[in-house]
Amino acid sequence: MAKILLEMKNITKEFPGVKALDNVNLQVEEGEIHALVGENGAGKSTLMNVLSGIYPHGTYTGDIVYDGKVCNFHTIKDSEAKGIVIIHQELALVPEMSIGENMYLGNERGFKARIDWDTTYSEADRYLKMVGLTESSKVLVKEIGTGKQQLVEIAKALAKKARLLILDEPTSSLNEEDSRALLDLMLGFKKQGMTMIIITHKLNEVSYVADKITVVRDGSTIETIDNANHDIDEDRIIRGMVGREITNRFPKREGVKVGDINMEVEHWTVHHPLYPERVVVNDASLYVRKGEVVGIYGLMGAGRTELAMSIFGQSYGLLTQGTLKIDGKDVRLKKSPMDAIRHKIAYVTEDRKGNGLILSQSIKVNTSLANLNALSTASVIDKDKEYQVSEEYRGKLKIKTPSVEQLVGNLSGGNQQKVLLAKWMFAEPDILILDEPTRGIDVGAKYEIYCIINDLAAAGKSVIVISSELPEVLGMSDRIYIMNASRIVGEMKASEATQENIMAQILRSGRGD
Amino acid sequence: MMKEGINVSFLKKNMMVIALVIVVIFFSISTGGKILYAQNINNLISQNGYVFVLAAGMLLCILTGGNIDLAVGSVVCFTGAIGGVMMSRGYSAGISVAVMLLVGLAIGMFQGYWIAWISVPPFIATLAGMYAFRGLSNVVLNGYAVGINNETFLRIFGGGADCYIPDYLGSGSFNLTCMVVGMICTALFVLMTLLGWVKRNKRGIDQGNASLMWARTLIIAALILWISFELASYKGIPTVLLWIALVLLVYGYITSYTAIGRYFYAVGGNEKATRLSGINTKLVYFIAYANMGFLAGLAGILTVARASSSQPTYGQGYEMDAIAACFIGGASAYGGVGKITGVIIGATLMGIINQGMSIMGISANYQRAVKGIVLLAAVLVDVMFKKEKA
Repeated sequence: MAKILLEMKNITKEFPGVKALDNVNLQVEEGEIHALVGENGAGKSTLMNVLSGIYPHGTYTGDIVYDGKVCNFHTIKDSEAKGIVIIHQELALVPEMSIGENMYLGNERGFKARIDWDTTYSEADRYLKMVGLTESSKVLVKEIGTGKQQLVEIAKALAKKARLLILDEPTSSLNEEDSRALLDLMLGFKKQGMTMIIITHKLNEVSYVADKITVVRDGSTIETIDNANHDIDEDRIIRGMVGREITNRFPKREGVKVGDINMEVEHWTVHHPLYPERVVVNDASLYVRKGEVVGIYGLMGAGRTELAMSIFGQSYGLLTQGTLKIDGKDVRLKKSPMDAIRHKIAYVTEDRKGNGLILSQSIKVNTSLANLNALSTASVIDKDKEYQVSEEYRGKLKIKTPSVEQLVGNLSGGNQQKVLLAKWMFAEPDILILDEPTRGIDVGAKYEIYCIINDLAAAGKSVIVISSELPEVLGMSDRIYIMNASRIVGEMKASEATQENIMAQILRSGRGD
Repeated sequence: MMKEGINVSFLKKNMMVIALVIVVIFFSISTGGKILYAQNINNLISQNGYVFVLAAGMLLCILTGGNIDLAVGSVVCFTGAIGGVMMSRGYSAGISVAVMLLVGLAIGMFQGYWIAWISVPPFIATLAGMYAFRGLSNVVLNGYAVGINNETFLRIFGGGADCYIPDYLGSGSFNLTCMVVGMICTALFVLMTLLGWVKRNKRGIDQGNASLMWARTLIIAALILWISFELASYKGIPTVLLWIALVLLVYGYITSYTAIGRYFYAVGGNEKATRLSGINTKLVYFIAYANMGFLAGLAGILTVARASSSQPTYGQGYEMDAIAACFIGGASAYGGVGKITGVIIGATLMGIINQGMSIMGISANYQRAVKGIVLLAAVLVDVMFKKEKA
């Protein structure tokens, strides 16, 4: 048996109100490629952040044994000094700087007061060759494509003398060809003795490169599967990933009366706002009936949010093509959320702090914001009525707080999510698009939000729930669309859907058959 | 535990009021009570009129995200110069005033256009304005001072010898009109508070601690009465006080009772969320700066009226006084938080510090140093509370 390079023992990490990691154990042998798989929010990235010192020693419990020694990392610099280098999913490159400058950012050659640019660029060129890039290191990062940028990230990691390289979803923004090239590069590094951990959702990649696979679920490591012959059955991994009991986590959808088609989107295509050549939503078509809850399932980066926001008054993306029909009539929304709201569409964002709420203001102010006109005459707000309305929603949605004058920033995630829902319910929409409505909130609050969704549908509203949690989509929806790599790749009735056949559909589309 | 929470939030909310009280007490002692003389209170109001007017507009800009308008000092000078030249050529006060306000508004709209729709950073757009309109003021005035002797203009905007509201009711040394107006204001204030309280009670709205509210109401009522008494025993109501009161009432109302007022807070609190709530955020920025230009025009009128002349050096540093008043008054340097009442306190605090030190005979240079320290301390409080939360 080869030497164990890294061992993480009984790692437990808590955030306020949430146990993100619960007694996690992970062993990585020297010279292997170890895959971490699991659903979004299972704790993979948290585990890697503990390892790399982003969550410093002392904020978690448990031990990290690396190269035979117990390590207490306080910053990323500490772990990098030992040769542990993490490449994050989001590229961390400065577009306006050259490749070489980026590679040695924070790790400059020469002295602090005088950077040695000759060494910088000649060393950078050497590492670029190792990852198979022919560009000069003096080229600006913004001038090369995403696939090459990912390679620059790897070259940057190599320049830090990496011994253990962690790649967090390295292929999520790459096309088929670039992904394959990257995986082959990893296999090449393995031959030279490097150890790697890869986090990915693409199970075909896992079986192609990984020697061992550790499954993470709900903050715990479930099992480690051996894949020495690279022939593992993908269904075997899926079972590990989703294999939990589902009992009563969702309120029953009973006596559902589904009406006419309320909103219909056809051949919807959206391009990236900054890189117009990138297609983010590709020829998507979907519809939702009155009183129906439609789920859109897809992994992060599948284009779900982009689809929803582009429908909501083109608040995302460029060059939208396609038609939008509401109640059978063609609607051409102006490029503004205002117009979407006027057509009774509401979009409840996945990013409640960034795009949803004003944290420095009260529950009252947040609740009324999207529909202040209903509370004012000639632009003068009836503040008493505003108070009463927000009190009413506070009661209806069981927002746990002494008063609606409370600042939203002081509330828990679940209560914030309810305020966000209250805001959009008060806007009185017919069509609600809920983007990850239960992200980062506890099970009890989740159940309450599911109940609210059911009530909305029962009141004849059309509800679209976007989620990357399979059980949630299965438990809540009447009908499910499956989205992968910017396309809608499948549609099934909830009664026919299972976790396995949804996953299988995604994998099939990923393989391109 | 709970009790401590209430006290801390009470302190936080009233930090600057407490500071103001301490400063007043300090100067009362160090000047032997001179700072509270009727004449000094009168001067305080007349000298700082422009700060109140400009700070009301600046607050809206700051609310949208800590954005400031550096051009206001130059715009004050420029509009004042135009008005001075017009009146010296025989145009009527009415036409001159209209032109001054419109020119201010136009400048504000010009700057607001670049900021809102072209996304020029406010700092740079208004820095450009600061240079440009200072230069143009010199062009308009040809580099010289222009005297203003239009009686109507001076009378209405509080300049020259008769910069007080005449005593219509009495004729003695005690200005009866002033006292009566003060009493009417006090009565109105108490009555409105009472009516609001009754109405909210009827609708079953929780009003928090009633005794605390009434204590506050009584203190403010007593303060109004005391100030009117002091003013009455000198020369009466300074004309400029009417303009200050008008501006503060209107902008206090806009910021707390209207939808557009709410949008300033929303944009500064979270611009993306506001846009996704169907609000035209660009228009909000535009209105903030257009309005700032308009108020700079008004401040220009008040400034040249007080001096009875237009000069190319007027308005220098006014922008900084307005900005400082907002921040000292508790506006957040990140936007989204701030009130007109805070602006009143901030501007008053600065005025009192200036005046107190003048009476004590401290040189203007030290006065500036102290102003700087007060500003830093006030913003420090804001930043530290922010940090505590995070």
